Amino acid sequence: MATFTLTVNNKAYTVDADPQTPLLWVLRDHIGLKGTKFGCGMSLCGACTVHFDGVAMRSCTLPLAAAVSAKSITTIEGISANIDHVVQKAWIELQVPQCGYCQSGQIMSATALLKQTPHPTDAEIDAAMQGNICRCGTYLRIKQAIHRAAELMHNGHATATAGAE
Amino acid sequence: MQQVQQPINRRGFLKLSSLTSAALVLGFSAKAGQDILAAGDAATAFNLTPFIIIEKSGKITLMSPKPEMGQGTYQSVPALIAEELEVTLSDVTIQQTNGDPAYKGQVSGGSFSVRSNYLPLRKVGASAREMLVAAAAQQWNVVVTECYAENAKVYHKPTGKSLGYGDLVETAAKLPVPQSPTLKDPKHFKILGKNSPRPDIPLKVSGQAVFGIDVEVPGMVYASVAHCPVFGAKLLSYSDTEALKQKGVQKTVRFQRMLGGKNKYDAVAVIADTYWAAYQGRLALELHWDYQGNDKFNSKEYEEGLRGLAKTEGKVVHNQGDFDKSFEAAPLKLEAFYETPVVSHSPMEPMNCVAQWHGDDKVEVWVSAQGPDLVKGELSGKLGIPRENVKVNIFFNGGAFGRRLYPDFATEAATLAKAVGKPVKVVWTREDDTQLGPFRPMTFSALKAGIGADGKPVAFQHKVISPSLGATMDEKRNETGESSNMTEGISDQKYELPNMKNEYVFSPIHIPMAAWRSVTSSTLAFAHECFIDEMAVKAGKDPMAYRLETLLTKDSDCKKVLTKLKEISHWGKPLPKGWGRGVAQYEFFAGLAGYVVEVSIKKNNSVKIEKVYAVIDLGTVVNPDTVKGQIEGAMTMALTAAIKDGITFEGGQTVQTNFHNNQMVRINEIPPLEVHILAEGGTSIKGVGEPGLPPFAPALANAVFAATGKRVRRLPFDLNNLA
Ligand code: FES
Ligand code: FES
Repeated sequence: MATFTLTVNNKAYTVDADPQTPLLWVLRDHIGLKGTKFGCGMSLCGACTVHFDGVAMRSCTLPLAAAVSAKSITTIEGISANIDHVVQKAWIELQVPQCGYCQSGQIMSATALLKQTPHPTDAEIDAAMQGNICRCGTYLRIKQAIHRAAELMHNGHATATAGAE
Repeated sequence: MQQVQQPINRRGFLKLSSLTSAALVLGFSAKAGQDILAAGDAATAFNLTPFIIIEKSGKITLMSPKPEMGQGTYQSVPALIAEELEVTLSDVTIQQTNGDPAYKGQVSGGSFSVRSNYLPLRKVGASAREMLVAAAAQQWNVVVTECYAENAKVYHKPTGKSLGYGDLVETAAKLPVPQSPTLKDPKHFKILGKNSPRPDIPLKVSGQAVFGIDVEVPGMVYASVAHCPVFGAKLLSYSDTEALKQKGVQKTVRFQRMLGGKNKYDAVAVIADTYWAAYQGRLALELHWDYQGNDKFNSKEYEEGLRGLAKTEGKVVHNQGDFDKSFEAAPLKLEAFYETPVVSHSPMEPMNCVAQWHGDDKVEVWVSAQGPDLVKGELSGKLGIPRENVKVNIFFNGGAFGRRLYPDFATEAATLAKAVGKPVKVVWTREDDTQLGPFRPMTFSALKAGIGADGKPVAFQHKVISPSLGATMDEKRNETGESSNMTEGISDQKYELPNMKNEYVFSPIHIPMAAWRSVTSSTLAFAHECFIDEMAVKAGKDPMAYRLETLLTKDSDCKKVLTKLKEISHWGKPLPKGWGRGVAQYEFFAGLAGYVVEVSIKKNNSVKIEKVYAVIDLGTVVNPDTVKGQIEGAMTMALTAAIKDGITFEGGQTVQTNFHNNQMVRINEIPPLEVHILAEGGTSIKGVGEPGLPPFAPALANAVFAATGKRVRRLPFDLNNLA
């Protein structure tokens, strides 16, 4: 075991864990942030997506020893204080989630996409979101909701009131 | 460590035992089969476990009996009560029931949740409303007819004064319960039939929704389990020397996974401080198996066996007229053989459960499963303790699709918790989830039709050759008992097919098989509806016209669905060159839906799905937007099952392991979809969650035929390589 310090959602955490432990399990079981989900453990489904210095990254294959190099890590819990990130608003407006299990990862991928590409085309959405599986089949709404979030942003809605980013 | 113990809704966990004595409680009586309403104070409430709890503070809790797994019951079921009670869902706490028999059936499955509760739960809500109104009239000393309920208050019309439900509950609780309350006229509905926001959505976009996998209880340890990869192998011995050297590993436990009534599989669990440590320990185990010959099993040979069995006579499951003679005499004859694969459920939340024993004979579990009562029954039976000694806490299911009807993972957690004397959390890996089953079985179909010179059918036969899901789970369920499940819907389509003889040929298998969203219809519809298309072609008719004019001369819901599909898809309108369209419908226990699919030929023998039209017939709709979502989801799942490789077996084990070789369709593969809901009233309500699945694959395959002339008779098929 070893001690590591991580900044997650603007808060510093010190964890005592095996350096090979994937960030996913550090977040869930050591820090207690359960919003990030385990789906495959092999970077195949996107359920575990977080932001590593603002970039969407799969936490299930990212060892703790490497995760500590991030200046900041953001999880679903950190993107807004009042469920009012534009992406969350669009997700609610279009009633995107079904079971909801993949949605933390979907939203983390979508927020990262919009930060880089404020007005993504369908093809850009496909490219950015292809790594996120939704077994419930909410893809059509995800696509619509990303366009809707882009529109909200364009119309001057703040991204969120108090997100970690 | 943060403790996460709240069930489903973090806004409040209601403890019945902490209720004030003035809570009004209403529910079905515990007498099965009777919908008598009963009321009482909290003392009796505890026994009645009611659906509505109103506290003096004004807090209202609605008990929701059907676990939420993405299908929307967290909104659609409590909405039935809320509508009649005159409250909005945003003003109440929704609480999942815990399996108490007073709530009757609490399993989400069969697309039954809304239709089975539509009147009973509205009655529960209406009775409570009438009692609250009567209580207000009594408190004000006015006549009841001058009072009405709205927004959790009762108003006195002439004066405009009002009282909240919390202020009325004490008086209301003493009143007799109306046995035949007046239900609202649907034209006054505020929630039912409308696109209402689902209260679970905000929780699910913010990481706050609690799934079974998120639960922690104090003192809990983690387990990762090495199951035998070859079905039916015995564990000879194992060494945990290396496993125990892993940091955080506490011990190992040898036990058996118990699935269904008859399956027991040897397994070794590694118990550790964290999930990661348990998993590392598991990887370090050395296991010695005796495969008992089961490593000879493979899909290719088994499927060859099914093809051979197709030539044998099966059990006749439907016989009308004289098929043999009519087929023999028919001027046009048609025969075809269809095949479908085994597939996995693969909900995104892998199987998991937390279990804790309280003393020697009482167990509590925290789990994502499709029914608390189901888990209670399973644990009581498997662990040999009374039902009432099993406490079940159900959480949001991260997908289920039938998999969570089989709570072997709960039995596993309980078994391990007993062995280590601590609360245990078992978490399966995706590989466990993909490889261990139970799976949806394949069905193969041999079809025959005789067609008259006028194009009308004169003889029809659908013979199903398959393993049986029930027989793989339970000794008592055999070939004969399972023949109706495995031929689901094939004799019940509305098509007017004279001289029909349908058969079932059973083929045993030792691999566990299970219900999968839309069960056997998920495969049989493909064979059935593609073959109907083949008949149309043989008769020289357009497939839509053949169905509507030749096969459906009488009015039926099926005819309505097809007529609507014809209209919305502009069926007669010419398509661009290289395009084709296909149609299919299927009616079965869950309900009725149909699709028109349009495809276009791209270069290199590949086909693109351009547009999909869906119609679902419900009779009555509770939340149209949820229904639309269910069709979107069913189409997606059907597409995966149609075009992605299924599950295969080699050397007695599942070949596929994770999402790289057991692929699911992704966002770039989803065609545009237009959904229409038929809700034109009538006495019967049809289901929502499953009917959108079966007719998609045949509509797609029929479209492929229309565009390319290539008849797809085997699933899965590759849209990018139809050669
Ligand atoms: S859990 Fe990380 S990508 Fe699937
Ligand atoms: S909402 Fe269930 S997996 Fe995406």
